[in-house]
Amino acid sequence: MEYTIFILALPVLSFLVLALAGMKMPHKVAGAIGTLSLAAVTVLSYITAIGYFSAPRTAEGLLPVSTPWNFQWLPFTESLHIDMGIMLDPISVMMLVVISTVSLMVHIYSFGYMKGERGFQRYYAFLSLFTFSMLGLVVATNIFQMYVFWELVGVSSYLLIGFYYTKPEAIAASKKAFIVTRFADLGFLIGILIYGYYMQTFTFSPSEEQLMKAGMVLPWALGLMFVGGAGKSAMFPLHIWLPDAMEGPTPVSALIHAATMVVAGVYLVARMFPLFIGFAPQTLHWVAYIGMFTAFYAATVACVQSDIKRVLAFSTISQIGFMMVALGVSTSLDPHEGGLGYMASMFHLFTHAMFKALLFLGAGCVIHAVHSNEMSFMGGLRKYMPVTHITFLIACLAIAGIPPFSGFFSKDEILAACFRFSPVAGWIMTIIAGMTAFYMFRLYYCIFWGKTNDNYAHHTPHESPVVMTLPLVILAAITVVAGWAMPFGHFVSSNGHVYDIHLDTTVATTSIIVAVLAIIIATWMYAGKTQPVADMLQKKFSRLHHAAYRRFFMDEIWMFVTKKIIFRCISTPLAWFDRHVIDQFMNFMAWATNAAGETAQPVQSGKIQTYTMWFLGGIIILTAALILL
Amino acid sequence: MFSLFEIAFYAVALCIIVFSVLAVTTSSILRSATYLLFVLLGTGGIYAILGYTFLSAVQLMVYAGGIIVLYVFSILLTRSSGTMKYKIRRGKMISVLLTTLVGMALVMFILATNGFALNIIPQGVELPVEKIGNALIGTEKYQFVLPFEVMSVLLLACMIGAIMIARKRN
Amino acid sequence: MEIEVHVLHYLVISTVMMFCGIYGFFTRKNLLALLISAELMLNATNINFAVFNRYLFPEQLEGHFFSLFGIAIAAAETAVAIAIIINVYRNINKILTDDISEMKG
Repeated sequence: MEYTIFILALPVLSFLVLALAGMKMPHKVAGAIGTLSLAAVTVLSYITAIGYFSAPRTAEGLLPVSTPWNFQWLPFTESLHIDMGIMLDPISVMMLVVISTVSLMVHIYSFGYMKGERGFQRYYAFLSLFTFSMLGLVVATNIFQMYVFWELVGVSSYLLIGFYYTKPEAIAASKKAFIVTRFADLGFLIGILIYGYYMQTFTFSPSEEQLMKAGMVLPWALGLMFVGGAGKSAMFPLHIWLPDAMEGPTPVSALIHAATMVVAGVYLVARMFPLFIGFAPQTLHWVAYIGMFTAFYAATVACVQSDIKRVLAFSTISQIGFMMVALGVSTSLDPHEGGLGYMASMFHLFTHAMFKALLFLGAGCVIHAVHSNEMSFMGGLRKYMPVTHITFLIACLAIAGIPPFSGFFSKDEILAACFRFSPVAGWIMTIIAGMTAFYMFRLYYCIFWGKTNDNYAHHTPHESPVVMTLPLVILAAITVVAGWAMPFGHFVSSNGHVYDIHLDTTVATTSIIVAVLAIIIATWMYAGKTQPVADMLQKKFSRLHHAAYRRFFMDEIWMFVTKKIIFRCISTPLAWFDRHVIDQFMNFMAWATNAAGETAQPVQSGKIQTYTMWFLGGIIILTAALILL
Repeated sequence: MFSLFEIAFYAVALCIIVFSVLAVTTSSILRSATYLLFVLLGTGGIYAILGYTFLSAVQLMVYAGGIIVLYVFSILLTRSSGTMKYKIRRGKMISVLLTTLVGMALVMFILATNGFALNIIPQGVELPVEKIGNALIGTEKYQFVLPFEVMSVLLLACMIGAIMIARKRN
Repeated sequence: MEIEVHVLHYLVISTVMMFCGIYGFFTRKNLLALLISAELMLNATNINFAVFNRYLFPEQLEGHFFSLFGIAIAAAETAVAIAIIINVYRNINKILTDDISEMKG
């Protein structure tokens, strides 16, 4: 499978070409270069996936882990070295498919969405860079390579959020995203260093001997790595960057901030899953609790947001919370015992990537049509944009967990895993799933139903061009079939053995009932021309509504923590110390040197007599010293 | 009792010390040159007492006869024969006196503590000129033809150099 | 007959002469007076050479010849120095050390 190197080489080549020569090219050429190279990557990924999953299993019934490329980059000791390479195992191959598919869709879609934008070539260059980084991240052979690409992903995310760099909000959002994730990555880095120090290796499978020796250190290392993952995956309370990241172009939100990059944290936990299970089950439970709270928090906030991209952003946070919970509730490596969550999480990652990308791209079409993100500028669009409407509806049904759409199957597995862990967790997650259905259909009704907005009078919205609707249709098709047409458990499972997904009828029935109820409530509240119930509730619980609308003041709390506590108590004294002690010391050094020079300068008077006098004085002193001592 | 030579020595010694001090303290440069002449004559006398009459003669001829004349001419040429009563800063004066007196005391101390026991030289024994001449042009050990020749070249060079430096440039 | 003069007496004379020269070298401002001081110092050393030769190694002539060559070198030095002083005087019309400090950086 040596050709896998091209999966990484093509995007980076296209990035270099576009970044260096892109500005000289016409838009179409630049876009074509990016899209074609990505199409090739997608084809290669599919070939890899088909080849990998159809390959014969080993005697133990596992899919073999292969590393077609690996070279030693920075050797520290015999065993401790940083490598760069490509590792193929079930989840990395699955991620290759997800990333390349969504990325290709976004590339095609952007032809229409970004048409005529300034910096079109730059946009495609960044997209290539991002795709390269993300692919490098998932195929990493060791944790350090993962970290390198992790940061590259962060950089490309920063660049793309700040794509409209003339907009102050975009700049602020890009900085926020970068700083918050960077701050979290500090934990990741420390975790990696602890891991490398105690395991004497950066690979994912340290030796038994080292694992035994490490003892209590490993849970800490894994916990710190999870902090990094929480930053990238927008877990509470590090989620604050993701809603703001919606300032970037919508296809970018679809690719990076919904489908691929934000699940990197989930992928990281899944990558370290055997270690978590074996040596840090408590840490894993914390992952579950954080995921659960995040899912709930984001779901409540999503219910009241008025910016459609924000709703989707919070829904993303909530869904990533689901994936984290699924991983966190795992208690063993056996999918039949307590390891179902691993498979469920990866399954949900896969399906969520597809339908969330679809939702974002659909929202992009809507924004393209009405030139606003606000729900109040929309309504009744189903007549004007039939394709967008249908595909968006499919995605909403999928995320709400209605069969036979893909989200139902993956969410059902997650709920089943939660119920196995504890009924309380299962019920909480079921309720959150119901909330998901509610806010998604609120969004759907506010966009496509209700009264026709007055603004359409002087600007009739129209369906998007084919380059934009085609990706919608493709993604919608995947969303429809992915749940039942594909034996996902055969590809990915916690112990690598074949696992047949079978629906837990009780759980499935409960979740369907809850989802349908939520949809009915949403229909009752939002589908009509006016929304008396919603308005009444908003008036009655105005404080709660306001708090939720302001995301429970998380940004303000962070602002308070950074500005009032960190800046005032740490940064200001440090700045004072720097300015008054370190700078003054440096000034003193400069002054002392200068003064010494000024003092010594008159000695060089040019007068021979002075010179000889010093000379003689020196001789006298030396002679006296020689004689008397 | 003092012999005649001893009396002559102490007279010369006194003369040298007095005129040395005068030569560096007088305020007239012409007088300074004159006192230097006396010091040089005294030095010649010392050489004579030691029995180095040839050296004494050279001293008189080169120094007293040649160099002092040169000084007097240059003093007159540079029209600086006037007073040399320059004000010297007190600080400088103190440091000069300190350096000089401490240095002198140090040298004296070294001399005094060195324990020289020599105090007798034969009276009226003169170094024969023949011996000097042979040593100057001999090539054996303790003979000095090479320094002698080098010296002659040096004198020639400095003669040419002096002319080059001092000549009037169109 | 012999002369009974302790060698120290000669050395005291030369020391006094030497330090007179040094004193003059430090205090004088006229370049020619400076040169006169230098002559004093040179003479003091010459005396020492001759005295040590006479008292310590009467059979040999090194010190004697050193003095002889010293006199010759002093003559040469004086000639060149006076040439330089005259040249300086011709150029800037001054021969005081305060006026000549071009060596200063």
